[in-house]
Amino acid sequence: MSNNFLSWKAKYDAQKERKGPFFTVSSVPIDPLYAPGHTADIDYERDLGNPGEYPYTRGVQPNMYRGRLWTMRMFAGFATATETNARYKYLLKQGQTGLSVAFDMPTIMGYDSDHPRAYGEVGRVGVAIDSLQDMETLFQDIPLDQVSTSMTINAPASILWAMYIVAAEKQGVPAHKLTGTIQNDILKEYIAQKSWIFPPDPSMRLITDIFKYAKDNVPKWNSISISGYHIREAGSTALQELAFTLADGFAYVEAGIKAGLDVDDFAPRLSFFFNSHTDFFEEIAKLRAARRIWARHMKEIYHAKNEKSLLLRFHTQTAGCSLTGPQMENNIVRTAYQAMAAVLGGTQSLHTNSMDEVLALPSEKSVQIALRTQQVLAYETGVTNTIDPLAGSYFVETLTNQMEEGAEEYFRKIDEFGGVLGAIRENFFQQEIADAAYRYQKEIESKDRIIVGINGFVNEKKDDKMDLLKIDPEVERAQVRKLTALKQSRDNIRVQTTLTDLKETAQGTDNLIPKIMDAVRAYATEGEIIAVLKDVFGEYREQAVF
Amino acid sequence: MKKTRIRVLVGKPGLDGHDRGAKVIARALRDAGMEVIYSGLHQTPEQLVEAAIQEDVDLIGVSVLSGAHMTIFPRIKELLKEQNAKDILLMGGGTIPEEDIATLIENGSVEALFTPGATTTEIVSWIEEKLSLSKGDVV
Repeated sequence: MSNNFLSWKAKYDAQKERKGPFFTVSSVPIDPLYAPGHTADIDYERDLGNPGEYPYTRGVQPNMYRGRLWTMRMFAGFATATETNARYKYLLKQGQTGLSVAFDMPTIMGYDSDHPRAYGEVGRVGVAIDSLQDMETLFQDIPLDQVSTSMTINAPASILWAMYIVAAEKQGVPAHKLTGTIQNDILKEYIAQKSWIFPPDPSMRLITDIFKYAKDNVPKWNSISISGYHIREAGSTALQELAFTLADGFAYVEAGIKAGLDVDDFAPRLSFFFNSHTDFFEEIAKLRAARRIWARHMKEIYHAKNEKSLLLRFHTQTAGCSLTGPQMENNIVRTAYQAMAAVLGGTQSLHTNSMDEVLALPSEKSVQIALRTQQVLAYETGVTNTIDPLAGSYFVETLTNQMEEGAEEYFRKIDEFGGVLGAIRENFFQQEIADAAYRYQKEIESKDRIIVGINGFVNEKKDDKMDLLKIDPEVERAQVRKLTALKQSRDNIRVQTTLTDLKETAQGTDNLIPKIMDAVRAYATEGEIIAVLKDVFGEYREQAVF
Repeated sequence: MKKTRIRVLVGKPGLDGHDRGAKVIARALRDAGMEVIYSGLHQTPEQLVEAAIQEDVDLIGVSVLSGAHMTIFPRIKELLKEQNAKDILLMGGGTIPEEDIATLIENGSVEALFTPGATTTEIVSWIEEKLSLSKGDVV
């Protein structure tokens, strides 16, 4: 450090410091000042590059938001396809630019609405989709060649994707014109969100089958959204989110190569999904580091030749886990800061949480405020006028470097387990996340960390009542009736034939997607298709740690 | 016979896998000196009640973030009654609107519910208070 810095440090130390600790939301200690000495080793071309140039630290496009703003994509889904279809039309009318489907738990776990395990859960946290019929209703009068759709679906992703493709086909939109994303990221399910169905090997086969099918038939579709969001929500630190997500990404790249694909055949369609938590600079550093690490590994380790394979494109959602029940309106403020961090981190699309999501699915009013938060950010704050405005900041560049170093260290640890699947088996990720979540909670309880409205600035008076969205229990009964009627009216012999066909393919090694499409076209239900696959593949079980 | 330590089953019923809250609570109760059994994920109310009886717990703590709380809590309570295990207390936490909390407490489906922001200290003292009273009867 320079003499100049040291003399400042002496003056600083001579003065009083207010009560700390000074650390990030991930408990990383932060220095009082960052100066040229911290970033002296940075080589602009090697470490940052111009936007749209290797290693893409400053952004994946040369023009970023000067060319086009991010896609404002609000995650939505509840009750039945009919209600959700109306919400989508409302959101599009409000200026939203892409759709994002939230499915209910039975759909996510592969159960039809009439399954005993679905009881009480139909249409609760998302929309209930049992068959192609529901998917057709979901997108009725929404031209699928004009919107891009993201679907948060993992273990049964192949089936819901097939339903979407066939629903579009029925609208007269060919698969090669479709744009959107399926989450399809099973590794983070084993690690964090725990919505799995099959064991890892057949799950990875389904994913590489999707990669292959997408390459030949749905080339503009993002075949996976490798997600840190849920890892973070489960309690990880920002660094763990970054490292575990990228490690998952490399595992998918290796799986694709192992399945016989050339890295450049599928890597351009890999996309990512990150969380944006409340610690402003830490989040920005995480996102900048993510692009650089991905580009370096794809080029140097996986020898990708196509420039598009090097680009880490991502969606961001603000942190649901940061929202508070008391003084719920404060969540609007939290979300606004988090959204700004995502934008300064160069996100391609963004979901802003609604203030009431801490207790229920969002009401129309609160979704509108959340969407307006993005519009204020885009059109009023001016942060979009120049690209990557924080580059060169001693602090942000130091944090970005620390993120990269920390992630590399995690990659080495994961390698010691023989890779991501080995580390999952040994509960490495699960334990790391549980430890971080517990530490965070303890910091709140000891008041080392202040959360406004929770352990500081608590209101004596009870909050005013909010109008929350309610799901009528009738929704479940209506959905079950619709499903029963479908099972009676469809060609059940054709359903059986396609399911038998699917089973044989599952027992072999051919691509499963065309067979799933056949079953979907015959109006086989999601639950029926999953049951056939479970028969062949078995089910995953976790040894839980806490 | 007097039990020396409070035994708790932390359960995660339904299809939802968001287990952060359940795990943080499980660990906090363990750190507070209780014996904690964690059910793991995707349990049915039947499985939870069976485990609670087999493990001879004093309390079941259930985490629900799936919006299915209005069916899950009454069902567990009903099963406890059917199995003559009414002395096992039921508490819960998760994304549960205030109105529903009031309904569930009033109709006796659950003894206490905690929402995001509740501290583990608060939960530990609730349990200790509740159980010292009921255990006091046994001694």
